[in-house]
Amino acid sequence: MDEKKIILEIQNLSVSFQQYDKGFGRTDLDVIRDLNVTINEGEMVAVVGSSGSGKSLLAHAVLGILPYNSVLGGTILYDGEELTQKRKEELRGNEIVLVPQSVAFLDPLMKIGPQIRKGKNDSESKRKLDRIFEGYHLKQEVQELYPFELSGGMNRRVLVSTAMMGNPRLVIADEPTPGLHMKMVRRVMSHFRELADQGAGVLLITHDLEQALEVADRVAVFYAGTTVEDADVKDFAREETLRHPYSKALWRALPQNGFQFISGTQPYVKELPKGCPFGPRCEYFCEACEREIPYREVRGGKVRCISAE
Amino acid sequence: MKQHLLFLTKQAVRMMLLLICVSIAAFFLVSLSPVDPLQANIGQAALGSMSQEQIAKLNEYWGVGQPAAERFLAWASDFFRGDMGLSLLYRRPVSEVIAVKFANSIWLLAIAWVISGAVGFCLGALAGMKQGTWVDKAIKGYSLVIASTPAFWLALVLLMVFAVWLKALPVGLSVPIGMEAAGVTFADRIRHAILPALTLSITGISNITLHTREKMIDIMESDYVLFARARGESGWSIFKNHGFRNVILPALTLQFASISEIFGGSVLVEEIFSYPGLGQAAVTAGIGSDVPLLLGITVISAAIVFGGNLIANMLYGIVDPRIRKGGAGL
Repeated sequence: MDEKKIILEIQNLSVSFQQYDKGFGRTDLDVIRDLNVTINEGEMVAVVGSSGSGKSLLAHAVLGILPYNSVLGGTILYDGEELTQKRKEELRGNEIVLVPQSVAFLDPLMKIGPQIRKGKNDSESKRKLDRIFEGYHLKQEVQELYPFELSGGMNRRVLVSTAMMGNPRLVIADEPTPGLHMKMVRRVMSHFRELADQGAGVLLITHDLEQALEVADRVAVFYAGTTVEDADVKDFAREETLRHPYSKALWRALPQNGFQFISGTQPYVKELPKGCPFGPRCEYFCEACEREIPYREVRGGKVRCISAE
Repeated sequence: MKQHLLFLTKQAVRMMLLLICVSIAAFFLVSLSPVDPLQANIGQAALGSMSQEQIAKLNEYWGVGQPAAERFLAWASDFFRGDMGLSLLYRRPVSEVIAVKFANSIWLLAIAWVISGAVGFCLGALAGMKQGTWVDKAIKGYSLVIASTPAFWLALVLLMVFAVWLKALPVGLSVPIGMEAAGVTFADRIRHAILPALTLSITGISNITLHTREKMIDIMESDYVLFARARGESGWSIFKNHGFRNVILPALTLQFASISEIFGGSVLVEEIFSYPGLGQAAVTAGIGSDVPLLLGITVISAAIVFGGNLIANMLYGIVDPRIRKGGAGL
């Protein structure tokens, strides 16, 4: 495999919220801890985790749109340089783009065309949007519609179009296919695959492992605010090639692998166990799991588990 | 087309019902009032020196002793034929009295309405966009203080400062005292309207500001503004593309609905500035048991307020594409 340039490198990212209790107490809720993801140019990386694991916050952290009461820790490198808030503000919408979950993220009172052009009316923006719409087989009349008038098939393509108005080098897709049937999902995913094949890095945030395995190059498994494993898609072909017990549990839960579920639920951020967050549900649990767990390389992937080898 | 006709018919029926209810309520409140019209309007001393026949005549004039329901029905049947009756105090047709008073009031109301709407909208939108900053805190603080200030008190303070101490503006009335009607200039009228209009505007602003601010904050926290920011929009671009568009609709509704508040406020303010408008006439009619005039003013005011709310409703249909295009009605 030829060496591709790293476009985004997230090292030990943490996001916490300050919450005020009754009286004067203040607790910091660590919603994300020790999140590590790396995306190369032309690569599609899926971050897979169940709901409540803090996936959307990852997208918001990279774009610099976290709520004001949140505190961001760790390092985000974009193109080898630290991605500061100022740089995020300069790059977002142009080099770094977000594709949201649904048309609810579009202004209900603004027509599609002007909205995608961000209100710009110059002929260059218009021409560019016309070309994008052509590429996605959207009729030009769609530009004159309001978001509520879009059909289900159109609004995915419209949302992807918003990303294409810039010159995206990093595309973040946050649960782009909620409640869609498989045929639609494949079509939407093909749009993202296309973007990756054209050289952009794509970060796909999803709860659906099956979907991720179909299109992504690499999968980062996310559990209770932490990345527990970073593995190549082909490692998911068999249970043995996976490294973390949670990834293995996810694998076993896939329909083709027996639909088996493990007991228990993902812990709430306030009640996290010491050490490994998966500890209480893990069959290999031992005393050492309650200590700091390093994120280390195992067989070409990365894992946050002391017993993986 | 048929749909619109149905809408208008429905609204017309609603308005009729409202006016009937309002006039009944106003009428029975006046007839329950302990004020004796003869004593109130002629005076105890004058009454004492009158003969029984004279008093009987006056009683008939003011309708004393007649059953309330009978008097109301007589008034209502005349009103339906377009005759609003004679004002007992002014001894002129009610319609004429209202026309004169309304002409005085309308400028006051219109100026206050436009100023409070425009300034309130701008302040509210600014505060909402800049939530949490000192700009927002200053605007919010001002609005809360004004919102808890009674209009009459504010009127008195303005009167003291500008009319009594600074002597910059007249103390009251709508035209200079002792001047012939022909000699009154437009500038005179403006000078006399400034203080009452200012009072009404200042008190009206806070309500509009606070509501617009709340709405703006909701918009700023919406998913579509979050996405707009993710796409690199900020500040003015967000206001121009999303903030204004989404806040103008509730603001317009509020603006038209606020006609009733301006109207209500004008009653007190006109009293204080002795401004001979509709509000003052309503007070005079109420205290003096001038039932035809009071009912006339009540019905006209109710119709205007209803009209304001109706316009607000219809604007929604015109401005909001979700309703206009008849798709998914909210």
